[in-house]
Amino acid sequence: MPGLEDLYREIILDHYRNPRNRGELESPPAHRAEGFNPLCGDEIVVTLLVDGDTVTDLKIGGQGCSISQSSASMMSAAVKGKSVAEARGLVKAFKAMMSIHEAELDSDGEPDEVLDPEAEPGAKLGDLEALRGVVKFPVRIKCATLSWNTLVNALDDLES
Amino acid sequence: MSAGPMNDSRTNDSRTLDVATIRADFPILEREFNGRRLVYLDSAASSQKPRQVLEAMDRYYETTHANVHRGVYQIAADATHQFEAGRAALARFIGASDPEEIVFTKNVTEAINLVAHSWGRTHLAEGDAVLLTEIEHHANIVPWLQLQQERGIELRYIPVDDDFELDLTDLDRLLDGVKLVGITAMSNVLGTIPPLRRIIDAAHAAGALVLVDGAQWVPHLPTDVAELDCDFFGFTGHKMLGPTGIGGLWARREILESMPPFLGGGEMIRDVRLDGFTPNDIPWRFEAGTPPIAEVIGLHAAIDYLDALGMDAVRRHEVELTTYAMEHLTGRFGDRITIHGPADPTTRGGVLSFAFGDLHPHDISQVLDQEAVCVRAGHHCAKPLMRRMGVGATARASLYLYNDESDVDALGEALASASDFFAF
Ligand SMILES: Cc1ncc(COP(=O)(O)O)c(C=O)c1O
Repeated sequence: MPGLEDLYREIILDHYRNPRNRGELESPPAHRAEGFNPLCGDEIVVTLLVDGDTVTDLKIGGQGCSISQSSASMMSAAVKGKSVAEARGLVKAFKAMMSIHEAELDSDGEPDEVLDPEAEPGAKLGDLEALRGVVKFPVRIKCATLSWNTLVNALDDLES
Repeated sequence: MSAGPMNDSRTNDSRTLDVATIRADFPILEREFNGRRLVYLDSAASSQKPRQVLEAMDRYYETTHANVHRGVYQIAADATHQFEAGRAALARFIGASDPEEIVFTKNVTEAINLVAHSWGRTHLAEGDAVLLTEIEHHANIVPWLQLQQERGIELRYIPVDDDFELDLTDLDRLLDGVKLVGITAMSNVLGTIPPLRRIIDAAHAAGALVLVDGAQWVPHLPTDVAELDCDFFGFTGHKMLGPTGIGGLWARREILESMPPFLGGGEMIRDVRLDGFTPNDIPWRFEAGTPPIAEVIGLHAAIDYLDALGMDAVRRHEVELTTYAMEHLTGRFGDRITIHGPADPTTRGGVLSFAFGDLHPHDISQVLDQEAVCVRAGHHCAKPLMRRMGVGATARASLYLYNDESDVDALGEALASASDFFAF
């Protein structure tokens, strides 16, 4: 069985205890999306402001476990100041990091080429790599991806 | 014991549970993870199954399986006999005098949906009110919300007070114009046992029928639907040592007879012509298609197992263990632990929802899993109650007849590890 240290890396606990970009921007003008994890009751609210093509501000509201909250916090830090296209690239790279290992877990096969985060040009996960251990705890993958799916909804809202 | 209306008159039975012997009947409890024995504290979600249940189902498949109610040959007749014997055993177990008042369903959720779909769509029209409570499981809320969308019925809720008991101050006003009251016999989050008899009497005086969700009651306390005087009573087999896929609805004969079939097909008909059909008698009218035969037989074995222990003894054991758990956990962790739900273990069930420091329930459950301690984390399918409590989720440890003080101690140890790990 994988150890707790694989899951709860120090940087994750740091983001959990001191979440970055916490709160909610006034909407409108901010774009707003809510995400729920129906299994555990976690809720995430993403509000973001875009100027031209740049995500100039982004805040995270809601409540949840250390994995969902730290993932949201790290996401906010990674996305703020990036272009919308770069933000979408990060989403892809992050989800790839989650699902590559999801696939490995059940097949023990080679990582799927298409899902390789390195294949996502310009997407540097940085601190977010700390969440890689989550894939060893499949039940928690949904916690880690909640804020990212919510971000996608907010970006879709922006572009529609 | 003053837990409710169903268990006061038969306390001559002073048996106690021999948990060590009981545990030996449950193969899964022999499993180990990382050298630690499985500590199963999630029976409110689903109970484990004794060998006797598993063997009864195997024996049936190995010796007697055939479809029921149809065959003339020996094993088909035996299968039918065993299936209907399960119905009779269940009726006796819950205090129903007539086995034909028991409809088999796949779980309590389906039992409640049967009431909403069949009784509700026949007897409820726009503006009619249904009274529920704030502590209901989604299974006893959503079918009524669906009927609200479809029919425009009005839904009302009995509120829960700050001591986690139902607030009945306004009961008479809430009951005004109500056609049906839907209420749980025990909260799966708080362990709260509402004063059912009082509510049922008031509902009847106001001209309403009462549906009781017995999912958390039947596994843990003696049940007597006649004494309770309710009109519908649902239960679910997998929480009472039985297999998954089997539950049921009890209702008084004249009520069942007033209800049209829910699902159509084989088994539920008396006659079919190309231009119409005549439904079968109750309860088969509500059991379209091949039923879960082995599951009924497994549930029968579960009932025999519970009967042999005695439900009074089961209840006494759980009250003692709940008392121990509440004292042990609050003694060890002080105000770092908050146990939600009524404070008096003699008036509540062994369902302990708790908050621990500022740890999220999901994280608590994860750390506990490292020590093979199984507790649930989440909203327990009671989101309206969670909102009322002002929490998104709780961790929940629930006790059953195979648990003892060593399981509670293991929970305490695992919580101490969680506290160390997250350094608070
Ligand atoms: C009070 C209550 N009602 C209904 C249910 C639903 O049970 P089932 O899923 O077996 O239909 C449960 C169990 O989860 C419960 O605790």
